[in-house]
Amino acid sequence: MASVAVPKTQEDGTQSVYVASQWKLVWWRFRRHRLAIIGTVIVGILYLVSLFPEFLATHDPHERNAKKLYLSPTPVHIFDGWLPRPYVNGLKSERNPETLALDFEVDYEKKYRIQYFVHGYEYKMLGLITTDWHLMGLDTDDDLAAFHMLGTDRMGRDLWSRLMLATRISMSVGLLGVLISLFLGILLGGLSGYYSGWMDVLIQRLIEFLRSIPTIPLWIALAAAVPRDWSVVKVYFAITVLISFIGWTTLAREVRGRFLVLREDDFVVAARVYGSSPLRTIFRHMVPNFISHIIATTTLAIPSMIIAETSLSFLGLGLKQPVISWGVLLFEAQQIRAVASAPWLLVPGLFVLISVLAFNFMGDGLRDAADPYSAHG
Amino acid sequence: MVQFLLRRLAIYIPMLALMSIVSYGIIEAPPGDFLDDYVTLLRARGEYDEGEVQRLQARYGLDSPIYVRYWKWASGILVWDLGDSLEFRRPVRDLVNDRLAMTVVLGIFTVIFTWTMAIPIGIISAVKQYSFIDYTFTFLSYLGVGTPNFLLALVLMWTAFAAFNVSITGLFSDQYIDAPWSIGKFIDLLKHIWVPMVILGTDGTARLTRILRANLLDELGKPYVETARSKGLSEWKLILKYPVRIALNPFVSTAGWTLPTLFSGSLIVAQVMSLPTVGPLLLKALQSQDMYMAGSIVLIITALTLVGTLISDIVLGFMDPRIRMGA
Repeated sequence: MASVAVPKTQEDGTQSVYVASQWKLVWWRFRRHRLAIIGTVIVGILYLVSLFPEFLATHDPHERNAKKLYLSPTPVHIFDGWLPRPYVNGLKSERNPETLALDFEVDYEKKYRIQYFVHGYEYKMLGLITTDWHLMGLDTDDDLAAFHMLGTDRMGRDLWSRLMLATRISMSVGLLGVLISLFLGILLGGLSGYYSGWMDVLIQRLIEFLRSIPTIPLWIALAAAVPRDWSVVKVYFAITVLISFIGWTTLAREVRGRFLVLREDDFVVAARVYGSSPLRTIFRHMVPNFISHIIATTTLAIPSMIIAETSLSFLGLGLKQPVISWGVLLFEAQQIRAVASAPWLLVPGLFVLISVLAFNFMGDGLRDAADPYSAHG
Repeated sequence: MVQFLLRRLAIYIPMLALMSIVSYGIIEAPPGDFLDDYVTLLRARGEYDEGEVQRLQARYGLDSPIYVRYWKWASGILVWDLGDSLEFRRPVRDLVNDRLAMTVVLGIFTVIFTWTMAIPIGIISAVKQYSFIDYTFTFLSYLGVGTPNFLLALVLMWTAFAAFNVSITGLFSDQYIDAPWSIGKFIDLLKHIWVPMVILGTDGTARLTRILRANLLDELGKPYVETARSKGLSEWKLILKYPVRIALNPFVSTAGWTLPTLFSGSLIVAQVMSLPTVGPLLLKALQSQDMYMAGSIVLIITALTLVGTLISDIVLGFMDPRIRMGA
């Protein structure tokens, strides 16, 4: 039962498994989990997007256009004749004979080629370098040329560009939130597990208390208490800290459990008998033993943070304009009539779903791989 | 059993007291004296009444220190006096009662739905591991966990609206909303409640299915199952009688945790679908800084959750003597 798992995909002889380092074993185990690999790739792409959202944006995400409200997504033609030269058709405005409103129709006569690495609105890449480079765009000032891959919202803002920027905010809230809860979790869980006694009882009671209260009503109440005149950055951090309180209890329990198991383990006792200080015992001998579990639990905690932020912002209590997050974008989709006439407003929801799934798959794979010496998996 | 219950209560009652302090913190959180806002509001409406202001001042002890104010509010809660809603100018109690009942009804329906779905699916997934059915349900459960409830609600509402031109919001048809309770109203409720029930239930169903599947897989490999099989017990009878019973055990204990998430999740879904539960009322109260209403609702939802946890403790106590005996 307790045999070492020999990776099937490993071709250069099974002997190497006996000399492989723990991280190598973890990697071999992880590699076998195909969904986890896919999840990891998607998470990687999403973080890449969050590094360079303005570069991927085709329009200024805050730019309003009163003429192009609720414009449906522009169909992109990949092939022009036989050649793969992507282009979009132009628009022509027509007055609707019944409602007398100006409607847009596709003008098949006009073609606008999609250009790569074009100059667009100015921004600061990574907050450092001022540039106006964008991946894609139309090289024209024609008012009837529209290139809105995901359509526009009720103010005529380009949804694709907004989505790119929202990815940055939503993914970073998840990451920052999880780091804060990781810190709290390791600190309190570690204290609880290493020292036990009254400190353990106290911290465990606190965790039990926090877990038994219905979180969302409380968080909504706290989010509503965030002063309305706070700056954008302040609100962002306040919401992130709020959200991080959701996750730390799970992490603290995990850390405490590991500490309790390891504390009495032979090698830890040996280290202690040998005169190693508590800090050295913890960081040199104990932490490397459960760090992979912590990473897995941390990964699995990120989705709930993303959902929490999205939910709060969706209700209009989390992040607000001019900050753009997936939840802020979905806030526009609150009215079902708006969604019915502009279904593309739900696309940010698809991003939420994809990111949550990707993190879950990745976390599941990590959890299975975290203990490469176990037999199952 | 009585001793076991008393032990649990000894934990929950201080917890509730602690939570009431947190809730009161929410009431006190907005800057300034809430009466000031109220007076401004009344003046703006031209309904200023010195007598009423003084009555409120005495009612909430606004001149006294904070612990007196807290006690005036908390002792009122005990006799179901939840303070006044300044927005609606009515006692919170009158606004909350009906909606509270609906919240509980929706919660119970959702739990029943979750269990009736999760138990058979979990069993089938475990017994037919790695089959087509197992993979299908695994995929669905991943989707269920991954989709935020409110998003599912939005998509369903949009589909219903776009495809069938029906609005699936609310819990009653128009003619029944203010009608007194009758058989017709009850049937109307049943016609409406299943949509939010399914929406709220997906997440829990998905989670519980995973738990049950994992537990049952652990049990199925154990020697006692082999023994029972060797004695000639029919396969399904065997599975349902022994391993399932044991696998359900952690199921019941985690059911206590599903209630907090349920009441939490229902809040946002209720807002999206405009259900007559306490959720939308809480949101409205928070948005208009109607703090007595907000604080009281947060406390009530917490109390509901603790009651739910207590119920799952009791069920667990009946099912597993080891827990009852405190082992």
